[in-house]
Amino acid sequence: MMAEEIFKSHTITALVEDKPGVLNRIVSMFRRRNYNISSLAVGHSEIVGMSRMTFVVECDYSILHLVTTNLDKLVEVIEVENISNDNSISRELVLIKINSDDSVSNEILHLVDKAGAKILDRNQGSMIIEITGNEDVINLFLLSIKKFEVEEIMRTGVIAMNTEQKYLNN
Amino acid sequence: MKMEGRQIVCKSLIREGCDTIFGIPGGAILPLYQALPEFPELRHILTRHEQGASHAADAYARVTGKAGVAFATSGPGATNLVTGIATAQMDSVPMVVITGQVSDKVLGSDAFQEVDITGITLPITKHNFLVMDPTEISRVIKEAFHIATTGRPGPVLVDITRNAFLEECEYQENEEIDLPGYSEEPVFEVSSLINQASNLINISKKPVILAGHGISISGAYKELLDLAEKAQIPVITTLLGISCFPEDHILWAGWPGMHGLAHSSLAIDESDLIIALGMRFDDRITGDVKQFAVKAKKIHVEIDPSEINKNITVDVPIVGDVKQVLSVLNDLIEDNTHTEWLSRIDKLREDHPSLTIPKSSKLLGREVVKQLSEITKGEAIIVTGVGQHQMWAAQHYRFKNPNSFLSSGGSGTMGYEVPAALGAQVAKPNALVWSIAGDGGFQMTLSELATIVENKLPVKFAILNNGFLGMVRQWQEVVFKGDYVATEYSGNPDFVLLAESYGIKAIRVTSKDEIKNAIEEANAYQGPVLVDFVTEKEENVYPMIPSGMSVNEMIEEPITGNVS
Repeated sequence: MMAEEIFKSHTITALVEDKPGVLNRIVSMFRRRNYNISSLAVGHSEIVGMSRMTFVVECDYSILHLVTTNLDKLVEVIEVENISNDNSISRELVLIKINSDDSVSNEILHLVDKAGAKILDRNQGSMIIEITGNEDVINLFLLSIKKFEVEEIMRTGVIAMNTEQKYLNN
Repeated sequence: MKMEGRQIVCKSLIREGCDTIFGIPGGAILPLYQALPEFPELRHILTRHEQGASHAADAYARVTGKAGVAFATSGPGATNLVTGIATAQMDSVPMVVITGQVSDKVLGSDAFQEVDITGITLPITKHNFLVMDPTEISRVIKEAFHIATTGRPGPVLVDITRNAFLEECEYQENEEIDLPGYSEEPVFEVSSLINQASNLINISKKPVILAGHGISISGAYKELLDLAEKAQIPVITTLLGISCFPEDHILWAGWPGMHGLAHSSLAIDESDLIIALGMRFDDRITGDVKQFAVKAKKIHVEIDPSEINKNITVDVPIVGDVKQVLSVLNDLIEDNTHTEWLSRIDKLREDHPSLTIPKSSKLLGREVVKQLSEITKGEAIIVTGVGQHQMWAAQHYRFKNPNSFLSSGGSGTMGYEVPAALGAQVAKPNALVWSIAGDGGFQMTLSELATIVENKLPVKFAILNNGFLGMVRQWQEVVFKGDYVATEYSGNPDFVLLAESYGIKAIRVTSKDEIKNAIEEANAYQGPVLVDFVTEKEENVYPMIPSGMSVNEMIEEPITGNVS
């Protein structure tokens, strides 16, 4: 890759058949073609027997075209949609376990409140926080709690949806 | 009607038009083999190695246009197919490969001869299936043939567990395919792109057609000829495009790239428009992509959308079957002449002769191919392995008939030459099939000589025997200062005695005066013949554009009058 090429985060969703091995087929394509998935989320869709996947890939536009066409080429992939545009909504859910003694817990509670996050569990010495939001919301919150003793972070990966349907392929 | 899974496999194969299977039995697939005698419509060719079965099925498919079919058992039987499957995938060859698998009850337990062949072949098949239930067999085989033969063709593997061969179920003759995510052909929509393409063609002063394997896959020979003749556009082919355009035609302008003809590469470099048809800008053609045909606008007609702008960024991409696209495009093309441009290419050909064989008393590989071409009038089916002999075959054989050059282009699989010749001869029993081989590749799959004898196939072999892995040696000479590491074959068998031990007629040729007689004798003989041409050891293939470089760095044959 040339240095001057602009790498950007692109969000792609795919409707796929819910069959054994489909996930393997898809990630195998990414691996063998040397495309980089930075996030992947999978779950059932509104259609019985079909799942929806959301991928976040870091690449330039020429590679994005290859990612989507190669995804679409897989027999078990029904449709591929690029939703990296202004008319889309994306969310991610994050669980964070923080070691917190009394000296810092008030400060944490304040940050949680300010960011619209939630405390799911609290005992002496640690708490589990849930935050849901788009990439900016999540990243800002993670930045704000960085100074505390974070024991564990668990992210679902981004899921995203177009407010209007725009197919890249098909 | 109730049937066992193995009978359903056979019924389904017959229904899909299969008449020939290449394979070897073994434990997991044995039930299927035991059903074969019930179905005399299916001819089984017993190869000596599963790699042979996969290459033979590949060549059978390339010659007939139908899906080639191979059988193998689980475990090592299945893994031995892998090279042949990858070869077919790289060259877009339709194949349906059926492997036996251990029974569903022990699947995943590392049972005897268990291997995850669907996992292994996932990146080298167009699609694959694991079937554990006999009720799925009929539909899956229908789907396998459909996927293998439509759109951009490719190999499909169907792995069937032993229990599914033996269990009974109802056989459905009229299965419906259920592939919601598979679009067999990208819908070719006549859009403004086709007008942009025709405008570019109509105003171009120096156009070239770059015709690939897609021409023969879609059978667009006539459309290609029409386009070329209508606007007098020179036709350059890719390696796998060879024979898709008659090479005695005035507009034929060779094939380009690493060891392609110099004037073809230079014409591409000077052109102002490339009309790329059913090809994928392989690195052997482009060399350094940044320096490839920088003066040319590029039209790319290709059935696979993921090939568009993959290697080379193009100006006008048209996704569709090349025959369909050309049938529309040709009507928009104006009659035209390019006299000046054609004479410029003639001049390039004269100034950069790639086909002039230096005067030498030695027996040169090129000379063998040239005489073979003359004697067979360019009408044989030529099968090759990979290496120097392959490049000489592509350079010096003048192909007259469409689809008469079978070679592993994308994968570069040595060992293709023996089983592929077998598969081609099975597909066309009356054709003259010549396998041009090197002594290296020939030894990788020579066990299929037994299959050739067993099936009374009159394949002719020309071994260009230089006692080296010649192409690798050449690279060592040019790139690594003559440091020959692990390329000399000093333990070669006596190929004449070897062939004779199989009952194959064999001739040894050690001087150039004997070439003609040997080829004529082989052609006249009714059965298989092996000719061992003991050639000059250090002959090189020219021209040569070293890997990743451009036409400006092309090395042409030193003009010494002799091969040193």
